Amino acid sequence: MRVALFVPCYVDLIYPEVGVSVVRLLRKLGVEVGYPEGQTCCGQPAFNSGFFDEARAVGRHFLDVFEKERFDYVVCPSGSCTTMVSHYYPFIFKDLPEERERSEGLAGRVREFSDFLVNVMGAGDLGAHLEGKAVFHCGCHQRRELGVLEEPRDLLAHVGGLDLVEWENEELCCGFGGTFAVKMPDVSTAMADEKVKALEESGADTLISCDSSCLMHLEGRLRRTGHDTRVLHLAQVLDDGKAG
Amino acid sequence: METEKPARRRETKDRRAEGLPSGVEGFNDRARRAVADEELHDSIELFTRKSVAGRNAVLDALPEAPELRERAYRIKQETMAHLDRHLQQMADAVEARGGNVFFAADGEDVVRYIGDLARSKGARVITKSKSMATEEIELNRRLEEDYADLGLEIVETDLGEWIAQLAGDTPSHIVGPILHMNRKRITEVLSQTAGEDLPPDVEALGSFARKRLREKFLTADIGITGANFGVAASGTVVTVTNEGNARLVTSVPPVHVVVMGIEKLVPRFEDLSVFVKLLARSGTGQELTVYTNFITGPRQTGELDGAEEFHLVLMDNGRSKLLGTDFEEALYCIRCGACLNVCPVYRQTGGHAYGSTYSGPIGAVITPLLKGHDEAKDLPHASSLCGACWEACPVGIPLHDLLLKLRNQQVEAGLAGKAQEIAFKGFESTMKRPLLYNISSKAGRLAQKPLEKNGSMRPLPGPLSGWTDSREMPPLAEKSFRELWKEGV
Repeated sequence: MRVALFVPCYVDLIYPEVGVSVVRLLRKLGVEVGYPEGQTCCGQPAFNSGFFDEARAVGRHFLDVFEKERFDYVVCPSGSCTTMVSHYYPFIFKDLPEERERSEGLAGRVREFSDFLVNVMGAGDLGAHLEGKAVFHCGCHQRRELGVLEEPRDLLAHVGGLDLVEWENEELCCGFGGTFAVKMPDVSTAMADEKVKALEESGADTLISCDSSCLMHLEGRLRRTGHDTRVLHLAQVLDDGKAG
Repeated sequence: METEKPARRRETKDRRAEGLPSGVEGFNDRARRAVADEELHDSIELFTRKSVAGRNAVLDALPEAPELRERAYRIKQETMAHLDRHLQQMADAVEARGGNVFFAADGEDVVRYIGDLARSKGARVITKSKSMATEEIELNRRLEEDYADLGLEIVETDLGEWIAQLAGDTPSHIVGPILHMNRKRITEVLSQTAGEDLPPDVEALGSFARKRLREKFLTADIGITGANFGVAASGTVVTVTNEGNARLVTSVPPVHVVVMGIEKLVPRFEDLSVFVKLLARSGTGQELTVYTNFITGPRQTGELDGAEEFHLVLMDNGRSKLLGTDFEEALYCIRCGACLNVCPVYRQTGGHAYGSTYSGPIGAVITPLLKGHDEAKDLPHASSLCGACWEACPVGIPLHDLLLKLRNQQVEAGLAGKAQEIAFKGFESTMKRPLLYNISSKAGRLAQKPLEKNGSMRPLPGPLSGWTDSREMPPLAEKSFRELWKEGV
């Protein structure tokens, strides 16, 4: 099994430890991991802001980079960036037959990290151990476009020492939404506060997600409001809570 | 909703007071006030929570719901593909039953038709049942102004709409027009109308409203309703209500006028079973509303009730230009309000922040489509694109994708602003050149040094202040993943 790692730009630049945990876990399962070095960003920031031409240009670069060498799968530790490639490349390239074909060809092979672990590798118990009481936040793209909802929970259920609890309105968006967070800061922050409140009420000391962008937003608000909640990407939890 | 309310515990800086441009004008300012309004927040939460829980329960109990949703989408798709034919069929069927049909290009046409009708009938009192189409064109205000000499008294008879009318307010939700008012406020409004202090209990307030409205029902010269559906094959207009007011509006006055958006058609009677099953479940969490009225033209010989005269006004007002475009799906909406109830933005701001008749995700989509981007430039951005609206929509309208297309339409029309244009050109240029990306990330790490403090960024200037005003921002890591990879992970 040969896999190309797609590390989203903000994970590359801000949360490299998430990428490192992903590599360690994939290798543990015997997967051969490659990292196409020309990769940058999937183009989602431009796309979400309505700059489709710019998103297409970045998308073409992405296709070039990930088509260069043949991999069985492209694995990405972000439900949102996976969705950009698997769902929204075909959307923005709808009227461009060549790119549309290329993006549809890639779409089925681009898999979100937990989806890949459970549905491709058949992983369950990865032997991880992490003490704590945690809630899981599913990013919206992962929940609705990808429908990868149970997989992360299945993996977390096998983590020794970890008590995964339910929380109120868990299906609500964290309020990040890319540029939405800076364009509409008041509403975005109020949305984060709903999540913070639910987290407080759950009594959890750890917040886990498959999207570092949601985590960046929620952690940003948690820290500003004086919470010391531990915030981890799923890959870090499965890697025994390592931070790099 | 301009009254001063106690601020919520959240403190966010006023960017405009600091001379900074707000990212999106208009919506943002109204949203900021709404977010700080604790009473409003409680009212919205009460309503949306109840609606969402009710909706989930009745839809879970309907195993064929996903299939109905597919069918609803396909019926609407088919209807729009041949809308001209269905409209003609509808008009022919109504006329065959002795009704009058008028095609109105816009609100102006509707106002003129109804105003002239009122004049010819010597009408003075008009009762109305809930109608978003007439809200959309501000029918009441325009009739009162343009036909001032008639001295018309136009009375909303849906309880919520009536209270909004008495308060000089507008609906803030498609289904629950005054969900933004709590009992205290409603008691105030009705007490003022009564000229005495009414007790703040549902029974007393309800019985006062019933008494007042009953007088109007019985003296009305014309009744105006909207339409939830129109059945093209039979010329039947369907209204659903829980208060029964539509029955009194359509059967007591001698004249009944229906104002219906042209997209409300379904081709056949059997199509209704799909939509009626979905509408109440999605909107209010009921299997069926208390009243479902089917009206086919004026009272026929031998019939016991119904208006003597029936007028169907088929209103376009910007709808037909969406047919066959990327935005046609916006016309599939059945106005159930489910997308508002699940929308995390709506749940923070309420409907008035949108500044338009239609609020929430569907409002953010159709307002710019019907009115143009100039009037509603902010609305396509009033969303985190979470997709909860699409998930909840009983017709499966991909509302978040339509918002994206609207954002793109703004960019194509040059409405996104120079700053964004430059930023995203820079983004493109960097992201398609790995070398430039690497250099930029290293430059970013150097540049952030003086701005970093205790593992977090200090308050940042420009658009990023939108983030750092209320949230911590992490700095770039000392080494990027690609650097770690090169060193050997």
